[in-house]
Amino acid sequence: MKKSVFLGALTVAGLAATAGAAATLDDVKARGKLNCGVATGVPGFAAPNASGEWEGFDVAVCRGVAAAVLGDPTAVEFVPTTGKTRFTALASGEIDMLARNTTWTFSRDVDLKFTFVGVNYYDGQGFMVPKELGVSSAKELDGATVCIQTGTTTELNLADFFRVNNISYEPVPIETNAEAQQQYLAGACDVYTTDASGLAATRSTFENAADHVILPEIISKEPLGPLVRHGDDEWGDIVRWSLNAMIAAEEYGVTSANVGEMSAAAGDNPEVNRLLGTEGNLGEMLGLDAGWAKMVIESVGNYGEVFESNIGSATPIGLSRGLNAQWTEGGLLYAPPFR
Amino acid sequence: MSNLHADTVAFVRDTMLPQKEPPASTVGLLGWGKKNLFTGPFNTIVTILCTAFIAYVLWMLIPWFFSPTWNATSLGECREMLTAAGKVGEHGTSGACWGVIRERWIQLLFGFYPAELYWRPILAFVLLAPALAPVLFSDKVPGKLLIFSAIYPFLFPWLLWGGTIWSPICAALGFVILYAVVKYGSEAIGQLGAIIAAVVAALVWWLFLSGYVQDGLAAVIPLAIEPVASRDFGGMMLSITIGVVAIACSLPLGIVLALGRQSDLLIVKSLCVGFIEFIRGVPLITLLFVASTLLNIFLPPGTNFDIILRVIIMATLFSAAYMAEVIRGGLAALPKGQYEGADSLGLDYWQAQRLIIMPQALKISIPGIVSTFIGLFKDTTLVSVIGLLDPLGLSNSIRADQAWNGIVWELYMFIAALFFLFCFGMSRYSMYLERKLQTGHR
Amino acid sequence: MATVTDPPKAEFRLSMLIYDTRYRSMTIQVVALIGFLLLVGFLISNTVQNLATSGKTVGFGFLTEPAGYDINQVLIEYNNQNSHLRAAFVGLLNTLLVAVLGCITATVIGVIIGVLRLSPNWLIARLTTVYVEMFRNVPVLLWIVFAMAILIETLPAPRAFRGDDPEATMKIFDTVAITNRGVYVPEPLFSRSLGDIHLFGTSSMNFDISLDLLLIIAVVVASIFGVRAIKRNADATQEKTGKRPTTWYLTLGTLVVPLLVVLVALGFHLGYPALQGFNFQGGTYLRNSLIALWLALSLYTAAFIAENVRAGILAISAGQTEAAGALGLRPNRIMRLVVLPQALRVIIPPLISQYLNLTKNSSLAIAVGYMDITGTLMGITLNQTGKELETLLLGMLIYLIISLSISALMNWYNNRVKLVER
Repeated sequence: MKKSVFLGALTVAGLAATAGAAATLDDVKARGKLNCGVATGVPGFAAPNASGEWEGFDVAVCRGVAAAVLGDPTAVEFVPTTGKTRFTALASGEIDMLARNTTWTFSRDVDLKFTFVGVNYYDGQGFMVPKELGVSSAKELDGATVCIQTGTTTELNLADFFRVNNISYEPVPIETNAEAQQQYLAGACDVYTTDASGLAATRSTFENAADHVILPEIISKEPLGPLVRHGDDEWGDIVRWSLNAMIAAEEYGVTSANVGEMSAAAGDNPEVNRLLGTEGNLGEMLGLDAGWAKMVIESVGNYGEVFESNIGSATPIGLSRGLNAQWTEGGLLYAPPFR
Repeated sequence: MSNLHADTVAFVRDTMLPQKEPPASTVGLLGWGKKNLFTGPFNTIVTILCTAFIAYVLWMLIPWFFSPTWNATSLGECREMLTAAGKVGEHGTSGACWGVIRERWIQLLFGFYPAELYWRPILAFVLLAPALAPVLFSDKVPGKLLIFSAIYPFLFPWLLWGGTIWSPICAALGFVILYAVVKYGSEAIGQLGAIIAAVVAALVWWLFLSGYVQDGLAAVIPLAIEPVASRDFGGMMLSITIGVVAIACSLPLGIVLALGRQSDLLIVKSLCVGFIEFIRGVPLITLLFVASTLLNIFLPPGTNFDIILRVIIMATLFSAAYMAEVIRGGLAALPKGQYEGADSLGLDYWQAQRLIIMPQALKISIPGIVSTFIGLFKDTTLVSVIGLLDPLGLSNSIRADQAWNGIVWELYMFIAALFFLFCFGMSRYSMYLERKLQTGHR
Repeated sequence: MATVTDPPKAEFRLSMLIYDTRYRSMTIQVVALIGFLLLVGFLISNTVQNLATSGKTVGFGFLTEPAGYDINQVLIEYNNQNSHLRAAFVGLLNTLLVAVLGCITATVIGVIIGVLRLSPNWLIARLTTVYVEMFRNVPVLLWIVFAMAILIETLPAPRAFRGDDPEATMKIFDTVAITNRGVYVPEPLFSRSLGDIHLFGTSSMNFDISLDLLLIIAVVVASIFGVRAIKRNADATQEKTGKRPTTWYLTLGTLVVPLLVVLVALGFHLGYPALQGFNFQGGTYLRNSLIALWLALSLYTAAFIAENVRAGILAISAGQTEAAGALGLRPNRIMRLVVLPQALRVIIPPLISQYLNLTKNSSLAIAVGYMDITGTLMGITLNQTGKELETLLLGMLIYLIISLSISALMNWYNNRVKLVER
């Protein structure tokens, strides 16, 4: 008889039947919520605060998409995923998009059947060591004990790097950033390796951050970006162009502060007009309102604002823009034209 | 008395002496100590060593434990407070940083459940007691409470997940249909036919009809409380929910499996044995991996349970296998005379099970059921490995917060204390129950 | 159950399938079988359909591809160019290692604690009760991360050993280094080694067995047989003459001399760990992940075993203890010679399930980064190849085989002990 607890739970919680491929947009609209996969906790990129609200750089991408589609940046269900569960969660339709420090690689794109819609952070794997070791290059790390976060491309890059340079090392695989940091600080490993952004974020929380250096070698390319399932190109377009809208807005100087004013009437710059929907029908082509991009920028800000408020130099994480500057400033961010 | 006697005996006592106090070394604290702590040189040494050990542990822990950091809002602030209090060891500050507990204890208990709705899970778990009471203390509480026990399985999910009241009612209606068809159909088409018809009718109701009826009723009379997605469940509440739901669902499944394992039907028996041995042979963590990555592949295309329901399904299957073994133990402990007595009364298999065997076997198995529950409850921490935010999973998320990055002991200790409280309470209770049932049985 | 004493001679009717007890059991079985097959078919067809939609193929071909990742603790030779299969095999050996170590220490600790819980010394009895309750009522996963955290935070890092006036020094005559990465102990080395036997040639499952080790084991086993022969002789002499000859020097000689001869012949010496570069080099290295997992699993399981042991001892009637006392045995001899052997029969069945639990709980190694089968096959291999179905099924199959073998082994032992009793 008690079996009904389960049946009851099923009916109450809703046996959401989603039709796999295609029409993710319709599902999201019908549901009124965007299901977005994020990390369980990476400082600056995704973590819940004391009141349970998610905050971070990746979280902002989710919020941007929700703002574009539903007009409400808070209409997001954040699904914490681990390195192991993230791809199945996306493939099975449990989440609509994944924004979780995921590296765009050939096999993930082709073999695992996902579409990476762009890059929101250009990263690379680096090494952090205590200053007192006197190490100035990763090639001096022969025989060192290296802490790695498992479930990522990191361990493969590391194995390749040490094999190519013909030096030995002792890997210490660790599940979460918090534990890796604990081991590193206690001296249980000499080196901590993960994406350079993660290193900077981790270092920023140390009691004596100045005692640790990030080595100059970046041993891999880690373009991190949001991804969606293969087979629903309309949905992929929405996520892609929501991200591009944030990047383009920074290029054209549209901010969350002035977007209201700029979108009130068509201005001098036709590209901005098309972006903000005062000219042309880009929104309609996506199946969204004309003011979709305005909603994105208004609610989460342009790329630069998101960067600065979550991981930029004013935050404890203190990342500089580096590769993630606009192409006009020597970076790699280059949004395709809104036309 | 003769003179002779009086001559030879110098003194004759004619009254009893008052009782003397026992020697000081056998009573009071001293006597107790001598008897229990210092019975011999070896025991004395052991006692001294133990005392030294306890003193050392306390001496290490207490200064760390009492630390003036309750109001800190970040680890950095904790360190400042400790420095100000003069608690600086050779490796930086030494002392607990309790600010993290003050800021996050509600989150560790309730996860992301909306704050204004905390009364719902609290009420649901508090009501668990009256719902279980008629089952556990049938002699002390009025039997009418059993009605509440029957309602509770529908009330519980409704309180936790919210939504329209019609869905639990519709789910319950299925059982009413089941019961009604069996009761009134028996005369018409025979008992077995009635049971089959009832199951079919109930399934048809649940799978096809109840959805429409529910929507219709909800549209006409919109009685609903705010729905909460299972994603918002977290912390201790998630652990308790998984534990309670899985155990409740696994009980009937476990009974069926135990009966199947005992039955002399070869195919049924081997199916049950295969299932039980498979589940008991693999670690729970692999079943959780299956829940998180494979279950969606096994289900029809398009179905998509959320992860917590998938975990509950796997936890139910897991505990059902253990439950079956517990109940099998209860069945085996029943004297053979009970089975023979039931047979001699002319009861058929199901009647015998329902009226004679199961009530006794279940009663004997209650302590075992409680310990299965404790085991499952502790094992719910494993869901942190697949990314659910149970207390242990939340501790990682909290440590990902800039303010608390680097906290270790305080969170672990708090979580350990929570689990200890729950599990210790339950195990004591089960021991009490065991004693009570034992005297009742002999 | 009701039985039909006088079967009716009527011809077969369809309703007899349900109402006739001769056929009913058959009907139920057939229905159950059909239901089961339908369920399996349903699951398989769903799986096939789902895999087809997501465009994935099923196959175990990935097992022969290079794994690409490194594993820190390897019991057999392994590098990142070996196949996923070999990585899984390395993980399996690590699982077995921690399970065997854990079972041994858990039993030892559990028996000691279980006996001490019944100690007349109040303080000891309370302390062990606190231990048992503390470990039984807190999840094992928490204990594992706790043990790891304690090892990491309280032990000195290797760099603390450096310098003229180091903060930490090596223990036991400078031979053992206890660091927060692990414990380095001297390793046995043989300057005149006999070499290795290579098994399975060049296949991915090949491994080497040291001939030195085999020789030493053979000599030790032979010595033990010798000692038993000496004891038998002494017993026979005692039976005959009533006097027991002094044999301890013979026993000692038989045990030690052959072993010494072999060790000298092989050129045995110890390789001491020494701080070199980032880490200690030389010696054998017990990683903290192994120690933490081993410690936590054995302490946790020991708490349960202690309860089983206590229950087993209490199950032996007080008359046995009193009779033994009347014979003049001392308390620890009463325990060893009278109570424990009898209690063992009560203890062993629950002990089997504790061993099973420990082995299954070793899969939580993932929490401390110990690379067992869950960490390799169901961890990194799964992540890198995206073959959830294959890796998980394979991993579960392996655990199932381990569990079933343990229970088979222990049941066999249990039956043997039982037979002795009757």
